[in-house]
Amino acid sequence: MRGRPNLYVSYEEEQRILPTMTQRVSMTFLVLVALSVPFKVIPGIKFLGDPSWLQILGLTFIFLIGALGLNILTGLAGQVSLGHAFFMGVGAYTAAVLGGEATNAVYGFGLPIWVTLPAAGLVAAGIGILVAPTAVRVRGLYLAIVTLGLVFIGQHIFRSWNSVAGVPELGRDWGEFQFALWSSDGPALALQSDGDWFGIAMLGEGKAYLFLLVLAIGFTLLAKNLARTRIGRSFAAVRDRDIAAEVMGVNEVKAKTQAFAISSFYAGVAGALYGYFLGSVQLETWNLFFSVTFVAIILIGGAGTTAGVVMGTVFVETLPRIVENTTDFLEVQVEEGGWLAPIADFIIRTEGADFGLLSTVENGPGLSVSQMNGLLFGLLIAVFLIFEPLGLYGIWLRIRNYWKGWPFTY
Amino acid sequence: MNVLFAQVGGSAIDTFLTKLIDGLALGAIYALMALGFVIIFKSTQVLSFAHGAISALGAYLVAYFITVLNWPGRYLESLPVTLSFIISAMVGIAAAAVMGMLIERVFIRPMIGEPLFSIAMITIGLDIILRTILGDYLGQGAQADVGSPWGLLSTSNISGVIVPHSYVATIVAAIAVVIVLVLFFRTRTGVAMRATAFDQEAAMAQGISAGRIFALAWGIGAALAAVGGIFASVSPRGFGVSPGTPFFALRAFPAIIIGGLDSIPGAVVGGFAVGIAEVMAGHYLAPFADQLGAGFSQIVPYVIMLGFLLFRPYGLFGTEEIRRV
Repeated sequence: MRGRPNLYVSYEEEQRILPTMTQRVSMTFLVLVALSVPFKVIPGIKFLGDPSWLQILGLTFIFLIGALGLNILTGLAGQVSLGHAFFMGVGAYTAAVLGGEATNAVYGFGLPIWVTLPAAGLVAAGIGILVAPTAVRVRGLYLAIVTLGLVFIGQHIFRSWNSVAGVPELGRDWGEFQFALWSSDGPALALQSDGDWFGIAMLGEGKAYLFLLVLAIGFTLLAKNLARTRIGRSFAAVRDRDIAAEVMGVNEVKAKTQAFAISSFYAGVAGALYGYFLGSVQLETWNLFFSVTFVAIILIGGAGTTAGVVMGTVFVETLPRIVENTTDFLEVQVEEGGWLAPIADFIIRTEGADFGLLSTVENGPGLSVSQMNGLLFGLLIAVFLIFEPLGLYGIWLRIRNYWKGWPFTY
Repeated sequence: MNVLFAQVGGSAIDTFLTKLIDGLALGAIYALMALGFVIIFKSTQVLSFAHGAISALGAYLVAYFITVLNWPGRYLESLPVTLSFIISAMVGIAAAAVMGMLIERVFIRPMIGEPLFSIAMITIGLDIILRTILGDYLGQGAQADVGSPWGLLSTSNISGVIVPHSYVATIVAAIAVVIVLVLFFRTRTGVAMRATAFDQEAAMAQGISAGRIFALAWGIGAALAAVGGIFASVSPRGFGVSPGTPFFALRAFPAIIIGGLDSIPGAVVGGFAVGIAEVMAGHYLAPFADQLGAGFSQIVPYVIMLGFLLFRPYGLFGTEEIRRV
């Protein structure tokens, strides 16, 4: 069927995850590029192999897993949720209790990661099923408020249950980010210390990056595949018109409960990885803003599309670093009088009386870099929703269709 | 904050009445916030998550006028503190109303007809933006003092019942706002607003400009948010505008769920009920604070809300949604 990419002769063919040869080749290429990042072999993106960038990319994969979970609930099943942070927190503290070391103050069983990660997902999914009866009864904005309530109640529980979550301000640790067969064994795969892997010297960040990349790819494929199954199709039916779905024999309550459970499983795993990856997490992490980040990721990426979620996560998670780098660049321009100095001087404030939107010195007017990030984040949500409701995926579709149809515009 | 009044001597009934006034005052703030939510929701079907930021910005403007600019006291030296506060509050409330209208015109108007949650998400984005700007002005961990128009901690002790003056002012202001709103909905503009909320097309066919009504609703909603924010910042409820001020609006969500998302009487009843429940739970469950955790009273509204949703998903006065295939 070469040259006729839209001709499908069987249902299986149409339902494939990557229907065309071009997509298969480009996806393989993308995965290979991603795998090569810690080894710094591809010119142009070698800087991504630096520890600080590997850290950001590792976090991006964790957020990707979380965002995929929210996408199943919101994008696929149409149930808006602001409670994702709560489920991530549940997963994170489950992993902390099972995987962390016991001290006088906190529980800990020191179990290896292959036990704690699935357990974190399952406990979060269980809580999701517990919450579902309330959530199934309400729809739309009411559901958003209910899940918002979950975040506040969850934060209170985390703050109060010191034997699980540690003392406020201090938090607790999650145990080593490593892959061991059993707690008494040495690590089979140490994920945070530098060392050799198959004779290749690796940074600790590089190892964690690869581990998280493999997990992220696995969860992406699972999410993509879920949409093709009976369960996934029942989610889409409920999203599109819940009463019509029920008329067609879809059990609405069951579908919504399943959506909550699966989404919470993803969230739980992501939360556990977040804890492991950062080593210790502040109690205030699991707040409304954290939930909003995930909603923003899927809206900026394009709700309901797996590719969109991937694009949205990369965009949202790398943006702060890009803003920071740009600010540094502009600051150097101002100080050294580079060719961009006149514009840069207008944008950033380097000393007391200077004018500028961004301030690189403390105190006084002007936004700090983190405030600038907050501002951009809020603006992006609003701008994307107003001008590009399909998100980055919509932009990608338009670019693709432009070249597909070229020289015609249709 | 409430710790100041925790040491209530006297009989159980005095304690109860003291706490009741505390609860009514907190409920008045929630009711003001909830009214703003409901008016905006009824007219434009938008649930504004930016409410908290608007309320805090409105209150911050008042603080800015009073403490930073010392306006209007700068021009009228002999002006009483209370009057100066009220004038500043009027300006702050008006500014919040203008901001609400601007938000409606710039961000919400282009989104008419889009999914409701998308519009709600835009307001979350706006909330982040406004809170960032507010945070920049406030600085790290700082508070902006709105002044103490009713004295810092001035209270009256009426035969054992302790009555903080600013609580009385809060309750009186909320009741006044409700009365003004009831009267407003009987005027020509108010009727037009109700008509638009009921059926936009029919209202437009009668010559009502729906766009103007939307702007008006956002203006009123934002003004109410600012009133709530100001009273949430006045001592002893809060000691000035802080990064925590916007959360008063988020804690008013249970009030509108309990009252019904589209019911104005529901917002008032829900607001007072939630406020009283929060204060009462904080006082009478205090012996169990070890098990419940510090500050548990702040999540009491949400727990009540979740329980409520199981039995009456559309609130006390809300209209049940009719679903058609």
